[in-house]
Amino acid sequence: MPLIKNNQIIDNIWTYVPDDAPLGDESHIILGLERFLAERLQQRSSNKALGVRLAPADDPEKLRPYLDELDLIEVDFPKYADGRGFSQAQLLRRRYAYTGELRAVGEVLRDQILYMHRSGFDTFSTTRADLSDVMAALDEFSLSYQKAADIREAVFGIRQKR
Amino acid sequence: MYRYDEFDAALVNERVSQFRGQVARRIEGSLPEDEFKPLRLQNGVYLQMHAYMLRVAIPYGQLGSAQLRRLAEISEKYDRGYGHFTTRQNIQFNWVELKDIPDVLQDLADVEMHAIQTSGNCIRNVTSDHFAGATADELMDPRPWCEIIRQWSTFHPEFAFLPRKFKIAVTAAAHDRAAIRVHDIGLHMKQQDGTTGFEVHVGGGQGRTPVIAAKVNDFVPESEILDYLEAVMRVYNRFGRRDNKYKARIKILVSETGAEEFSRLVDAEYAAQSAHEKIDLPGDEIERITAYFKGPKLPTRPLESTAFNDARVADPDFDEWAAVNLHPHKQAGYTSVTVSLKPIGGLAGDATTDQMMVIADLAEAFGHDDIRVSHAQNIVLPHIAIDDLHAIYQQLQRAGLATANESLITDMIVCPGLDYCNLANARSIPVGQDIQKVFADPAYQRDIGKLHINISGCINACGHHHVGHIGILGVDRKGQEFYQISLGGRADEKAAIGEIAGKALSQEEIPAAIKQIIETYRSHRTSKDERFIDTLERIGHAPFKEAIYAAD
Ligand code: SF4
Repeated sequence: MPLIKNNQIIDNIWTYVPDDAPLGDESHIILGLERFLAERLQQRSSNKALGVRLAPADDPEKLRPYLDELDLIEVDFPKYADGRGFSQAQLLRRRYAYTGELRAVGEVLRDQILYMHRSGFDTFSTTRADLSDVMAALDEFSLSYQKAADIREAVFGIRQKR
Repeated sequence: MYRYDEFDAALVNERVSQFRGQVARRIEGSLPEDEFKPLRLQNGVYLQMHAYMLRVAIPYGQLGSAQLRRLAEISEKYDRGYGHFTTRQNIQFNWVELKDIPDVLQDLADVEMHAIQTSGNCIRNVTSDHFAGATADELMDPRPWCEIIRQWSTFHPEFAFLPRKFKIAVTAAAHDRAAIRVHDIGLHMKQQDGTTGFEVHVGGGQGRTPVIAAKVNDFVPESEILDYLEAVMRVYNRFGRRDNKYKARIKILVSETGAEEFSRLVDAEYAAQSAHEKIDLPGDEIERITAYFKGPKLPTRPLESTAFNDARVADPDFDEWAAVNLHPHKQAGYTSVTVSLKPIGGLAGDATTDQMMVIADLAEAFGHDDIRVSHAQNIVLPHIAIDDLHAIYQQLQRAGLATANESLITDMIVCPGLDYCNLANARSIPVGQDIQKVFADPAYQRDIGKLHINISGCINACGHHHVGHIGILGVDRKGQEFYQISLGGRADEKAAIGEIAGKALSQEEIPAAIKQIIETYRSHRTSKDERFIDTLERIGHAPFKEAIYAAD
């Protein structure tokens, strides 16, 4: 599945391990939130790099104490219509100041990528868009009415600086 | 009224290009219908039984003449010569072809209009008082805040895939004409110690589970309101139910969580916002937007108009119309005119291409270019000199727009029902028309006074039957169309859900039953000044129920 980060296709070095599956010998593994919380100490001593995958109902606040040790957080969109991941991303980026990779996985559609990016995602794992689609999607609007997790300033503020 | 600056214009034009691309991908096949659906909905495009329908936003119900003319042109070119004004102050067109919709949206963008977020599980068009900025009974004009909320909610990246649709209404008048207590969020503007702010109501709604909103905050100052709204939206986006479409509205979250716990969650989310998360709306920006709504400079006029008084004596139909369709203006010598889209035997909220053109011309000639769409699906010309009323009336009359029934018994909200809607249990339109015929006599209607009858063809309640003083709901009884009457609903500041009066009646029985209700009211009212809803409140439902079912 193509993985797109910062307008480039990147290789995926991470492996997601479902909650009931044993860990293999991969160096970079992604765990569900509860498993991560239960096993993080034990895994840290094994020298594996750890990432977390959040399900829509997960509370990202639980990750807050460990954000420094995480290189990757995946937010799963099992159905594209379920928009909880947008709030999880905003919380992680803006309130908890997470700076590592934030990856959207699951049903990631071309026409959601702009809002995902604005909410704080920098990486998109998608079968529904190629690199040029993603770049086009990110370019569709030159302005925004709200501040979000990207660098754009809100129109409300821009007007006053004219 | 608000005018786009280069930023607003750029965003709306970029939206048209974006949707043009999406439609092209849909037609060429790379975008499947399932994935296209949320995109078209967020541009107001519905797929109905036989064709697409386009719902165009009329932010807080305000239009200029050029905009209404553009809508009229669209109705002629793409629909079949009609536009349908909705209970959310929008307009809908049927029979528009998908391939043409990007062009229609461009035509709209050229006159500073759009169809953004008029459908889908996102924050919808903000609605307000149709007399805003003109009425004598408002604390201040709510429209600047409607516009600020419109901008904040437009393309909000976090709240485009909510559990369900989300509707916000704002009023600043003592008498609530915007039905804020049956909205997902209702804002009532207030002033406290010299500060402007909002009383916040959350979780009202109609549909199969009607609920009156809970008051979750007595006063949020204007400087904090957008941040507070963000907190409400985030709590809803995170915790609203997504397992069942019928339990996904915020009203269910509020009632299942409990209003107190819900407002605690909102307060906690609000308190957790750090400084850099705050929206920080510059005070100058509030002033800039407010300045657009100053309203026309109306020359001073005498309180009494001889021309008007003479015309009322000479033209009894005009006299009847003037007694009913005018609303007090804040400035002497002026009034707000309701142009009824509820002719006896017509379709509620429908206007023809020509009628739209006539209204646009009148607004330009006499009305300072200001036109409103009301929540009751009528048109309002808010700033009219009393001297000009007779001339306006005569033109309205020629266009079939002079029905004298504003807020009277024949000014009903009626959903499309079985004639047009595939979800319906029963027809609504003929039921409404049959009732209209019973009460068509203008003198009789006026004698009855203000009264709202609302009719829905099924439990989805698009005709707002729960909040009609008299509500009528179409139900299916073993394949037969029946109608359930409810009494005592209201959508104003004393909002209440109507109570079912008794067993459902057949279509033939309904007009007589309504007549019985009305005659019971007329025999019990203390005077003509006591409205139906007040008599009902005073004497209770029992005499009315007896009257309806007496024949059994
Ligand atoms: S209330 Fe029912 S019948 Fe009427 S328009 Fe809505 S869905 Fe259709």
